[in-house]
Amino acid sequence: MTIIAIRRGLAAAALIACAPLAALAQDFTPDKPECIAPANPGGGWDFTCRQVGKSLQDLGLIPSTMQVVNLSGGGGGVAFAEVVNKRNDNNDLIVAASSATSTRLAQNAFPGNTMNQVRWLASVGADYGVIAVAKDSPVNTLPELLGMMKNDPTSIAIGGGSAVGGWDHLKVLIAAQEAGITDVRGVKYIAFAGGGEAVTQLLAGSLQAFTGDLSEARGFVESGDIKVLAVLAPERLGGEFAGMPTAREQGIDAIGANWRGFYAPGGMSDAAYDYWVGAIGALYASDEWKQTMETNGLAPLDLQGAEFEAFVKDSVDSISALSKEIGIIQ
Amino acid sequence: METLSNLADGFAVALTFQNIALALAGCFLGTIMGALPGLGPSNGVAILIPLAFTLGLGATPALILLTSVYYGAMYGGRISSILLNIPGDEPAMMTCLDGYPMAQQGRAGEALALSGVASFVGAFFATWGLVLLAPQLVKVALLFGPAEYFALFTLAFATLGGISATNQAKSAFAAALGLGLAMIGVDTQTGVPRFTFGEVHLYDGIDFLVAIVGLFALSEVFIFLEHRRSAAEEAAKPKIEIGRITPSWKMLRYCTPTMLRTTVLGFIAGVLPGAGASLGSFISYSMEKKLVDPEGKTFGKGDPRGVAAPEAGNNAAAGGALVPMLALGVPGSGTTAVLLAVLLSLNITPGPLLFTQNPDVVWGLIAALFIGNFMLLAMNIPMVGLFTRVLMVPPRILMPVVAMISFVGIYGISGSSFDLMVMVGFGIMGWVLRKMDVPLVPVILGTLLGNEMEVNMRRAVTIADGDYSVLIGSPLTIVLWSVAIIGFILPIFVGGVVKRKMRTARDKEASQTD
Repeated sequence: MTIIAIRRGLAAAALIACAPLAALAQDFTPDKPECIAPANPGGGWDFTCRQVGKSLQDLGLIPSTMQVVNLSGGGGGVAFAEVVNKRNDNNDLIVAASSATSTRLAQNAFPGNTMNQVRWLASVGADYGVIAVAKDSPVNTLPELLGMMKNDPTSIAIGGGSAVGGWDHLKVLIAAQEAGITDVRGVKYIAFAGGGEAVTQLLAGSLQAFTGDLSEARGFVESGDIKVLAVLAPERLGGEFAGMPTAREQGIDAIGANWRGFYAPGGMSDAAYDYWVGAIGALYASDEWKQTMETNGLAPLDLQGAEFEAFVKDSVDSISALSKEIGIIQ
Repeated sequence: METLSNLADGFAVALTFQNIALALAGCFLGTIMGALPGLGPSNGVAILIPLAFTLGLGATPALILLTSVYYGAMYGGRISSILLNIPGDEPAMMTCLDGYPMAQQGRAGEALALSGVASFVGAFFATWGLVLLAPQLVKVALLFGPAEYFALFTLAFATLGGISATNQAKSAFAAALGLGLAMIGVDTQTGVPRFTFGEVHLYDGIDFLVAIVGLFALSEVFIFLEHRRSAAEEAAKPKIEIGRITPSWKMLRYCTPTMLRTTVLGFIAGVLPGAGASLGSFISYSMEKKLVDPEGKTFGKGDPRGVAAPEAGNNAAAGGALVPMLALGVPGSGTTAVLLAVLLSLNITPGPLLFTQNPDVVWGLIAALFIGNFMLLAMNIPMVGLFTRVLMVPPRILMPVVAMISFVGIYGISGSSFDLMVMVGFGIMGWVLRKMDVPLVPVILGTLLGNEMEVNMRRAVTIADGDYSVLIGSPLTIVLWSVAIIGFILPIFVGGVVKRKMRTARDKEASQTD
C-alpha cells in the first residue's frame, strides 16, 4: 500500500512539475499504445478508450497517439478471450472495463475466463447508480417506492438499460434486499437497450421507476422531467448533484457504482504494468481529467494497481453471491 | 419567427471558411463510405472521430464534419445498390429492388440522378421538420410505449407482401428465417443465451451488416463464379448501357408525389427511437407500392418511383433521427448513438435542455445540415457519370474487388475473424436462397426488426403482468393494428388477379434471363 501511495505521489508531483516528464520517468515506454474497446463505437467502453487515450496524449503521458480498436461481441467476452488467448504478453495494450465486465465475470458469462487471467490496472472514475421516478409521480422517497414493491411487486415496473441480471437490474435488487424484500425475484424489472430508452418510457408512463447511472439521468434531472429518489453513493455527491439524497441517509444501505477502468494482458511485464498504472494514475490526478469527470457526471473512484485489483475481486465476489440468490447462476 | 432568427444565427455560425471546407470534406468522404459495402454511416462517423479530435476542432465544427459524413453516407448507400445490386448500408437495401433493374435496362444514370434528387428532397424537408417541430415531435416519441412499438413492427411485417412480388409463401419463409436469426444471442429479458452453442461471439447476436454483406455481396460473387463464361462469351454479351445521366423533368414531376409522401413517412419513422432509417425506407417502399402499384405491375422491375420512395424515406429518417438525439438524448439509430457519444465527449449534454443551453451548437448544426444537403446534391449529380463507369468494369475484375471490400469492411468494423466466417456462411445461404428464388430482403427485415419486435412485446406483457390485451390497449395501437390488418388482407382479396399477372411477368422475366 505504501509503495503505491508513494508512486502515486511521485507521479502527481512529476505531473505538477512538468507533465511530459511523467512518462519519461519510467523504465518502459510503449511503442504503439493501443486500447481495446470491447464494444461498437458510441458505447461507454469506446468513450473510456477514446477519452483516456486523448487525454493521455494531451498531457504527454504517452509518446504517441493511442490507437483505439473496437473489438465487440459477447458483452466484452470476445475481447477478453482475445486478450487472454492471443495477446497475453503484449505490453502496449490496455482494455476498457467497467462494472459490466465484473458482472459478467461473476456470472461466468465469459465461458472459461476468470478475472485472474488479466492484470487490473486502475479506475478512472465511477458513475453512481440512481433510482428515479417521473416528476409527477406520487412517490417521493426510496423507502416509499421499495415499500410499494414489497406490498405488491406487480405495482411497480422499473426499467433500466441493461439486460436482466445486468448491473442496472442488480442495483435495484441490492436496494430491495436492504429494504427487507426477501423474494427479490418478484421485482418487475424491464430491460431496455439503453438508459435513454428506459427514461423515455418512464416519461411516456409505461414505467413507474427508472434504475440507471447518474450520467444517463442527469439531462432529465436538470430539465426537471424526473425526480431522483436516491443516489446509490456512500455519501452525497458534490456540485450540482448535492441536492440528491443518498439511499444510505434514507436508511437503505445500498451502494451501486458503475466503475470505469482498465485491465491489461496477464503476461504484461512488471515494468509495463507499473508504467500504465502510473500513467493512468497521473491522468486521474490531472485537472483536465477532473474537468472531464465533471462534464460526464463521473464521481471520484481513485484506485490503482493492487488496490484496484482487490476492489474488482470484491465486486466479482458480491455479484456472484447475489446472482446465485436470484437464480441467474447455479 | 423566433425559430427563423435562431436559424439565421445558426447560418452565421456555420458559414465560415473552415466550416464549409469541413462540410465539403465530410460530404465527400461520407458519400464514398456509404457506397462501399460494409462501411455504413455509423462506421464512417466513428472512423472520423479521431480525426475531429486530432484537428482540435471545437464542438460546432466537429459536429458539422461528422453530420456531413452522416448525411453523405445516407446519400452514398444507394450507389452500389443501383449499380451492383449490393446495398452500401442497411437502409439502401430497398433501393436495390428497383434501382438494379433500372441499371440493367440501361438507365443507371437516371436511377442515380433521380435517387440523388430524392435523397435531397427527403433530407431537405426532414431538416425543416427538425427546425420547426423538434420540441413538439418529442411528444410523438412519448406516445410510443412497448405495445405501440410492437404494433408498429407488426405493421412493417404485414406490408412485407408488398416488397417482393414473386411468391408470398417464399417471402413468408424468408421472413421467418430472418426472425429465427434474430433470436440468436443473449435474451435481454431473461439474461439467458439462446442458440449460441456456448460460442461467446454469438452472445450479442448477428450483426446486420455482416448478414447484409454476406447475403448480398458475397452471394453475388458466388453466382458470378458459378456462371463464369469464357472471355469470348463475355465479350459477346451485350454491354450494359449507362443511358442519360440527368433525369427528365417529366420523370421528376412523375416522382414528386412519391417523394413527398415517403418523406413524411420516413421522417416519422426516424423520430421514433429504435426504429430508424431502415424502417423508414422499408415502410416508405412498401406503402408506396401498395398505394400506386397494388397489383405489382411495375415495382420491382425498374419503376423510378421504387427508387425515389426508399431514398426519400431513408434520408428523411436520418433527419428525423436527430430529433430524439438532440431533444431527448436518446439515439434513434446506430449513427446517432455514435454522434451522441461525440457530443458527450465535447462537453455537451444532449437532452431536454440542449436547445436552451447550447443554442449556437444546435442551430449551427442545423444550418450545416442545410449547407451539406445542397453540397451533396451539387456533388452527386455531376458525379453520376463517374460512378456509372463502375458498370463498364468487367465482372472478372469487379467481383474480386467486391469480395475484397466485403472482407476488409467487415473486419474493419468488429476486428473479429469469426464475423468473416459468419459472413461467408451468409454468402452461401444467400446463394442457396437465390437458387430457390427466395427473396433476400425479408430475411434482413426479419433479422433487423425481429428482435425489437419481440422485446417490445415482452416488455408490454411483462408490464401488464402477463395480460396480452395490453397489446391492443390504446387508441394508437388499434390504429396501427388496423392499418397492418388492412395492408395484409387487401392483397388476398385481389390476390387472384395479381397472381395471374405476376405469373406472366415472371415467365417474361425468366425468358429474358435465360
